[in-house]
Amino acid sequence: MIISVASGKGGTGKTTVAVNLALFLARNREKNIQFLDCDVEEPNAYIFLKPDIQESQKVSILVPEVDERKCNFCGKCAEVCAYNAIAVLKNKVMIFPELCHGCGGCTLFCPEDAISEKERGIGVLHQGKAESISFIQGKLNIGEPMATPIIREVKKKVNPDGITIIDVPPGTSCPVIEAVNRSDFCLLVTEPTPFGLNDLKLAVEVLKKLKIKFGVIINRAGIGDDKVKEFCEDESIQILAEIPYDRNVAVLYSQGISILIEADYAKIFEKIWDSIKRKIDS
Amino acid sequence: MIKQATIISGKGGTGKTVISGCFAALAENKIMADCDVDAADLHLLLHPDIKEKHEFKAGSKAILDEDKCTLCRRCIQVCRFSAIYEEKDKVIIDPVACEGCGVCALDCPEQAIRMEESVSGEWYISDTRYGPMVHAKLGIAEENTGKLVTLVRQNARSIAQKNGLNLIVTDGPPGIGCPVIASITGVDLVVVVTEPTLSAISDLDRVLSLTHHFGIETVVLINKHDINYENTQKIESFCQKKNLEILSKIPFDNSFTQAMVQGKTIIEYDNSGVTQEIKKAWERISTKIRR
Repeated sequence: MIISVASGKGGTGKTTVAVNLALFLARNREKNIQFLDCDVEEPNAYIFLKPDIQESQKVSILVPEVDERKCNFCGKCAEVCAYNAIAVLKNKVMIFPELCHGCGGCTLFCPEDAISEKERGIGVLHQGKAESISFIQGKLNIGEPMATPIIREVKKKVNPDGITIIDVPPGTSCPVIEAVNRSDFCLLVTEPTPFGLNDLKLAVEVLKKLKIKFGVIINRAGIGDDKVKEFCEDESIQILAEIPYDRNVAVLYSQGISILIEADYAKIFEKIWDSIKRKIDS
Repeated sequence: MIKQATIISGKGGTGKTVISGCFAALAENKIMADCDVDAADLHLLLHPDIKEKHEFKAGSKAILDEDKCTLCRRCIQVCRFSAIYEEKDKVIIDPVACEGCGVCALDCPEQAIRMEESVSGEWYISDTRYGPMVHAKLGIAEENTGKLVTLVRQNARSIAQKNGLNLIVTDGPPGIGCPVIASITGVDLVVVVTEPTLSAISDLDRVLSLTHHFGIETVVLINKHDINYENTQKIESFCQKKNLEILSKIPFDNSFTQAMVQGKTIIEYDNSGVTQEIKKAWERISTKIRR
């Protein structure tokens, strides 16, 4: 079972919800709990889960390498490249690896067989344990633009026999799609403000397009207005829980401490988990 | 000479857009650009009156002509993005997973696949009570964020040129990937809005490495500094070591949210200490950038 935690807007409490749900499940003796941090540009779950990292592996994409002895500068590679990652001059081929998506088109269509592919590292994958949770995170190298291939690698680690919690990056574009795609359920974390509502609407559209079941968690309830609730009512979207605004929670968060140490919050996660199970079965 | 400042944060939700909105209220002779194109929020404070609307076309998607398909499955083999699969003796192309490389279309022996240009969003030129603004909306579940960001910036620049404006203030996206890189390349100053939480500090470290990587002058603004004084001190000594200026420390204040609910910047909402602090920060940016 895959449960992703997304939000549209950043900083609404995605990581807080994801981490505490995973800890709640692990402490309630659910088996095979897995945590995947797919916010590979800015992974933060490790701060709260404090995993013991046992394994690291490089994540690469395949980029072309031209053998200029075989190349006759016909320009076919540049013609087939949809990303403008190759330019062919009179007697030189220029490759722009940051633009390359690794589609393999240039290699496949080179009439002289002059292109081979080599691995280019764009990030790392860390695996370890946090309590009984198996923890996996991806991390994009600084200066690299493409997060999606790393998210794809992280998601290959999904254990189909367990419960996988995915921390999704903010936004609504490709990295978000890669992270939430094929989830059984998505928790959308928002806050009751105009920004929270605007981005929630976008996130809802994404999930509808991907046909993923979802429910909303309102974090910092009480700070803004009632428009998020009104929107959910109008759209018949279930609000699974409201986590009241509490300066104490903000302080715990700032220190990297899980809010489950307070009994009231443990109860909220129990309620969230019950609702998820019911929604998935329905 | 047109100067450019971009506001980013690494971590989302530190107050980037709220602060950008304040800068819109304070900066003179400028144009605003919202480069957080997949979850834009600045319009909720600036209420742009849209004057021009343009389609954003970028990339294409593979479309299969089932009548021509002989089920040879070559497309499934050549696709590196797992976007093509077989289901009940039919080839299916998943438009969401398709990255538009076109390899399947070029390789298909039956020419049963064609590439169709897709509309990936819209971008706008607008008027606001604080001057012109360029902004955009990326289509749901689309890619090419970096290209749309670049387009927004190019248009902001040409409008600035046309109207004799000498400053572009850009609200950037969270993270450190493609859209962020597209938002900061070639700017004169990056302002990083952070907060004293361990998550934001971890993200600040990565975002500062990014601006260093591209050699862009960077200053830091600590928002909600009184949430955790110890962490604020950590940020201060960290920035000192890197020789980075801390522009300002802004206390946590619920009037930010109250102003947002009314669709206003805090500058218009009240004249509290927070407002004074932001005004000082802007003056400092303004001096740095016009130097």
